[in-house]
Amino acid sequence: MELIIILVIALLAAGLSLIPVGKKLAPAITNIGTLAIFLLSLRVAFVAIKSAEVVALKNWVACDSLGAIILLLVAFVGLTASIFSWGYVEKRVAVNNPYKIRRYYALYNLFLFSMLAIPMLSNIALVWIAVGLTTVSSVFLVAFDNTSESLEAAWKYIILTSMGAAFALLGVLILYWGLNTVGHGPFTWAELVKLSPGIPGDILKTAFIFILIGLGTKAGLVPFHTWLPDAYSQAPAPVCALLSIAESTTVLYVILRMQPILQGAAGNYAGVWFIVFGLISVGVAAFLIIQVKDLKRLFAFSTIEHMGIILVAAGIGGPAAWYAATLQIVSHALAKSFAFFATGSSLMATGNQDIASVRGLIRTSPVSAVSLAVAGLAIAGAPPFAVFLSEFSILKAGLTSGQYIASGLLAFFIVIAFWGVMYHINRMVFGRPEPGSKGIPLRASNITALLLAGAPIVLLGLFLPGPFNKLVHLASILLGR
Amino acid sequence: MLDHNTTLSIFAKLDALAGGLFLLSAFGMVAMRQVLAYLNLFALQSVLLASSAFVLGYQYESNHLIAVAGITLVVKAVLITWLLRRTIDREVYARREISQALNIPSSLLIAMVLTIIVYFVSSPLLSFASDPTIKFNLPIGMAGLLIGAYVVTVRREAVPQVIGILSMENGAFFAGISIASSLPLIAELAAAFDVLIIALVMGLLTRRIHERVGTTAVGKMVSLREE
Repeated sequence: MELIIILVIALLAAGLSLIPVGKKLAPAITNIGTLAIFLLSLRVAFVAIKSAEVVALKNWVACDSLGAIILLLVAFVGLTASIFSWGYVEKRVAVNNPYKIRRYYALYNLFLFSMLAIPMLSNIALVWIAVGLTTVSSVFLVAFDNTSESLEAAWKYIILTSMGAAFALLGVLILYWGLNTVGHGPFTWAELVKLSPGIPGDILKTAFIFILIGLGTKAGLVPFHTWLPDAYSQAPAPVCALLSIAESTTVLYVILRMQPILQGAAGNYAGVWFIVFGLISVGVAAFLIIQVKDLKRLFAFSTIEHMGIILVAAGIGGPAAWYAATLQIVSHALAKSFAFFATGSSLMATGNQDIASVRGLIRTSPVSAVSLAVAGLAIAGAPPFAVFLSEFSILKAGLTSGQYIASGLLAFFIVIAFWGVMYHINRMVFGRPEPGSKGIPLRASNITALLLAGAPIVLLGLFLPGPFNKLVHLASILLGR
Repeated sequence: MLDHNTTLSIFAKLDALAGGLFLLSAFGMVAMRQVLAYLNLFALQSVLLASSAFVLGYQYESNHLIAVAGITLVVKAVLITWLLRRTIDREVYARREISQALNIPSSLLIAMVLTIIVYFVSSPLLSFASDPTIKFNLPIGMAGLLIGAYVVTVRREAVPQVIGILSMENGAFFAGISIASSLPLIAELAAAFDVLIIALVMGLLTRRIHERVGTTAVGKMVSLREE
């Protein structure tokens, strides 16, 4: 039941945000709504730890432990991003324009609704539709500035991801055909995993490749990633935090769900595809990070890099690697949302997202400078942050399972990306400030969001609470057969 | 591809006719220059998709497929065509689009190569086909998808790109009506709604680009890229 209520709250908040009363009502409704959604998701997560599955509508709306983790992440980022939006939108995106503010929050809630739906839908055809809805509900958020650059980014975004969606659609339909060759069960993840040993391998493989290419476009895997840095560089910073979770993490979750299905059929070629695609993404993104000139593009490429890391970890296979992959999903989502809030803060402080023209942030705006430095270290994977822990476990799992080449390449690319991220951030935080650079002071809501989003990336790097560890463990079992 | 020993029923023949015309309309989109003709061709292709669904539905006495045919006809052939005409300035449709990354004869050749590749890729799958219509619909649908993807890649105008994407979806559904004919109706309805929303959003975005940037030649918008 909680699952249905979560969806209803998101839809209601979208509708209520449009009520034309001042400029405070819409953010207030969104904050309350996302807080309620987060608390309910927390409850879902606790129930998922105890019983295997939270069922709202059998074979249609249900959430197992893997789904619960994604749901919790989306809800958490939805909450912190809505708090961050409060000060950011009012001061930077839609200054003194109550109509635009209301429109922003209505789209925000719709976008959140479609993302929350993905992990809790069991029927794969409906999952495809929810993935399609994330695109259409976020495209006007990407184009929110209404400049020619933001329209260009939105256009590339919708065209490329819709092309991917059409490929994924054929994949989903072929998958359904495969399921029907062995019976007439419901078209759900669990049913497919159960019956996949009987489905002809060729059908599964064709379906898998179409789905990997199609959804890989939306998750931002190289070479279908070209829309991603453009969209991130144009979207408002809190939307980037959501995009990085929605477009990437929830869609990657759908791709990862394919692995146990394929393992039933023959061999582990899904693992091989994952490792190859993942390494290409990590490698290309690591080198592209070095040459970026725009702070948001920096973190966009870092998202591509992390999607690749997760894919490699899932492809290596084995309980240790799957555990590490799940942990990486969590730590990346938390660190990346924090990184985009830090980006937003530095944008507010300097009014400029061009890396070369921001220097000596530590003197002009200590809060955003410190958070940017923390974000850089956290996302690049320095100890004691959560990403370090998960990346370390991935490499360890890779080495113990004998994947020396994949692990070696992964470690090499991670080091390059680390260096690239820190090189740019270091120059922005320290150095001599440009005279006369003036920005807007940060609002209380921005600082609250930074603290809220920053706390878990530090805490989870130091210790994993018992129930959370159990949830990650249960979810990682679902990544394999 | 076909086993000539089996005689095909009249319905399978009708379905094959719809499939052949469907593939021809995909090739037509590669060759077309005028923007308005594109839209008409898309409407025609949607009618062919609906008629294939209707033939299959009639043959197997499946109300579900006949409902799919109805949904396709209403949403794709009528609503989407009307929406795209309403949201985008009439002047755009009168345009004759010349600039294209590759000229039309070589484009047609590539489309042909894509079709041949599709037959190679799908032939191992066809041995699992329980029904002769799958042997028409699956490769033709897949070819429609790939040719649509090619159209989106080479065209520089906004409207042909949108229609290319919609025709890709038509291709996927053309395969789907035969291989996934028992997909729950709720999913079919939601998918039709999804396609409708995508068409609407793309139409609105095209209009905004036209108003703001003054052109719909989206292929020429290249201010964002890596240096």
